[in-house]
Amino acid sequence: MTALAWLIPVALLLGGLGLAAFLWALRSGQFEDLDGAAYRALEDDPPDR
Amino acid sequence: MTAHAPAGRLANEAEGASRVGASNTLTLAIENMRCGGCLRSVEHAALGVAGVETARASLAAKRVSIAYDSRQAGAVELIAALKRAGFAAAPMETAKEDRGDAWHKYLLRRVAVSGFAAMNIMLLSVAVWSGTASDMDDALAALFRCLSALIALPTVAYAGQPFFASALGALKGRRLNMDVPISLAILLATAMSLYQTMRGSEQVYFDAAVSLLFFLLVGRFLDETLRVRARGEAQNLLSLQSGIATIIEPEGSHRMVPTHALRPGDQLLVATGERVAADGVVLAGTGQIDQSLITGETAPLTVRAGQEVYAGTLNLTKPLQIQVRAADTATLLAEISRLMLAAEQGKARYRRLADRAAQIYAPAVHGLGLATFLGWLLAGATWQTALTYAIAVLIITCPCALALAVPAVQIAAASQLFRRRIIIKAADGLERIAETDMVVFDKTGTLTLGRPELLDDETISDKVLAAASSLAAASRHPYARAIVEAAQKRLGSVLPASGIEETPGLGLARSSPEGEERLGSAEWCGIDSGGEESEVWYRRGSEAPVRLRFADSVRSDAADVVASLKRQGYRLALLSGDRTAVVNRVARDVGIETWRAELKPAGKIAWLDACASAGRKMLMVGDGLNDAPALAAAHACMSPASAADISQRAADFVFQGEKLTPVLEAIAIGKRARSMALQNFAVAFLYNVACVPLAMAGLVTPLIAAIVMSSSSILVTANAARLAGRGRP
Repeated sequence: MTALAWLIPVALLLGGLGLAAFLWALRSGQFEDLDGAAYRALEDDPPDR
Repeated sequence: MTAHAPAGRLANEAEGASRVGASNTLTLAIENMRCGGCLRSVEHAALGVAGVETARASLAAKRVSIAYDSRQAGAVELIAALKRAGFAAAPMETAKEDRGDAWHKYLLRRVAVSGFAAMNIMLLSVAVWSGTASDMDDALAALFRCLSALIALPTVAYAGQPFFASALGALKGRRLNMDVPISLAILLATAMSLYQTMRGSEQVYFDAAVSLLFFLLVGRFLDETLRVRARGEAQNLLSLQSGIATIIEPEGSHRMVPTHALRPGDQLLVATGERVAADGVVLAGTGQIDQSLITGETAPLTVRAGQEVYAGTLNLTKPLQIQVRAADTATLLAEISRLMLAAEQGKARYRRLADRAAQIYAPAVHGLGLATFLGWLLAGATWQTALTYAIAVLIITCPCALALAVPAVQIAAASQLFRRRIIIKAADGLERIAETDMVVFDKTGTLTLGRPELLDDETISDKVLAAASSLAAASRHPYARAIVEAAQKRLGSVLPASGIEETPGLGLARSSPEGEERLGSAEWCGIDSGGEESEVWYRRGSEAPVRLRFADSVRSDAADVVASLKRQGYRLALLSGDRTAVVNRVARDVGIETWRAELKPAGKIAWLDACASAGRKMLMVGDGLNDAPALAAAHACMSPASAADISQRAADFVFQGEKLTPVLEAIAIGKRARSMALQNFAVAFLYNVACVPLAMAGLVTPLIAAIVMSSSSILVTANAARLAGRGRP
């Protein structure tokens, strides 16, 4: 049972990391253009200035 | 209308302004950006303009954001550059655009947080439940409940905000809305669970409270997604409607400005083939204008200096100089706006299905909860037990079907419409279109394409057609174009003649070896005919004149759509501002028995009102400025994408393309969405009927509450997903 003492915090931490990553992605505009992103991946040119 | 919007002149004036080194950002709506290649072309075109720093296009929003140095570039240069690359672009009104997006993100953040919390609490709860059945000791179960509380409390405080704020607002206004029982259930469940956790009891509802919050937030988020999308499409459409106008400066030079920057008193040059950008008075030039968008009248009108012209009319023959006039109260547009305002008030009273259900639902939920609490108190239970049972009732009855299933259905339906190139502009339009039992069409531009074509083609000899078409090639008049089109279809090519003179309002003339050739009105060719307007005569020298008749061509599938609507039991009507003979012919061609001609906008409204008071719910399909009040007055309304901007603004749906089938598709999808929503209500109702008695009897444990909550939500969402999966084109 002592394993729970560190397993639960680790599980929460990992979940929290996922949540933080999502919130960061949302804030930095990763979801602004879901249709366009699919095409941008196929572009050969380097990204713009 | 955009022409009267008091927006700043963001165009070239920004260059003259004293802002030094100002870096401006501009968002442009792009009409025809559809693929990844377009995305790059748009960005490259914008970056090619001197002074542009960054350009970022969004394929989903069909917009491009451009940061530029306002000393070197302006909106007009950017729009011109995009036009050269083949894209129609127009500046967005940026002030309004971002607010909806911010609320959308606000909800999404809360969905994420509550989803994270719901999963983790559920994980702990499952351990406790299965532990109860096996070997988990009480101390560990208590620890897990404490952990749940630690996760649940901040989550409820953060993710519950939209519900608490809305419930508070309703209570302040002495109303009850759906958010009142939701907030009550969440707050009571959380507080009671906290209390029970500290007492070491098993009646802990953190999992149910937080997953309730999560499902409800998903519903809110989907609903908002539909609104944001509908609003975004509407803004793009309206921005693209207003284009660029050419102003003649007092000293005589020409300058291009966006039409919304026009001011009364500005002098405009309207080139041949251009739409008039603002209401005004003709200063110089005589020409013919096509005002079918305004009045529904198909025959062109001749205008001279001093006459009024309206925004949206098409200049056909000669360049016109126009002075923009202030919007005073006596104009056609002012009357249309007044009629529309009155008509829209009626529509604002429409209450959405979910809201109507909530009106019945909220008091019932409160009543049941209260009855449970009081009943158990009277039966001799402690207040903790009574309150716990009441909370179970509140959680079980909480309206996931209303809050989650209806938005899910509508999102699925909107994507279906979008794939068929139908844009939904009003979020509740789908519900209203499903309720209609009568379809009212406008004629010009709706049933017809608003473009004349040559009638009795076969009675005209090849020789005459060839001669007439070589004259007609010199004119932009719609009848002339129809002749050229007919000639191209039959003879394969047209030889444009030289030395042609055009007299606006009358016709074309040219001298040839066989005598003078004339093409134009009866008067122009020296014939004393009945003077029917939709005809043109051709005469060479002293030969007998030949009559060419025209009619507005009906959309290719109009008759099929009408027949199909009839089969479905819809009543049909045709209301037009055009002449009786023309309307009669179109009505006969497409098979509509009920028709009215020569109606003014107020006449159309009066007709619709008479039908509405007879209990009919009408879908109005129209495109003209004269249809706008009728569109606003009807129960639901659609416009083609070629419609006047004021009509598109009023319309619930805007459809693209030359076909009329979108009307059928929108009705079908609206009906399917409605029946799905009703199915979901039924599912939720069955759940409640089964579980509420159990909850009131105190038999619902936290485990059952959580299972019922989640499974009913998942079931209704899965049902909604059926709509999205079906009938992909």
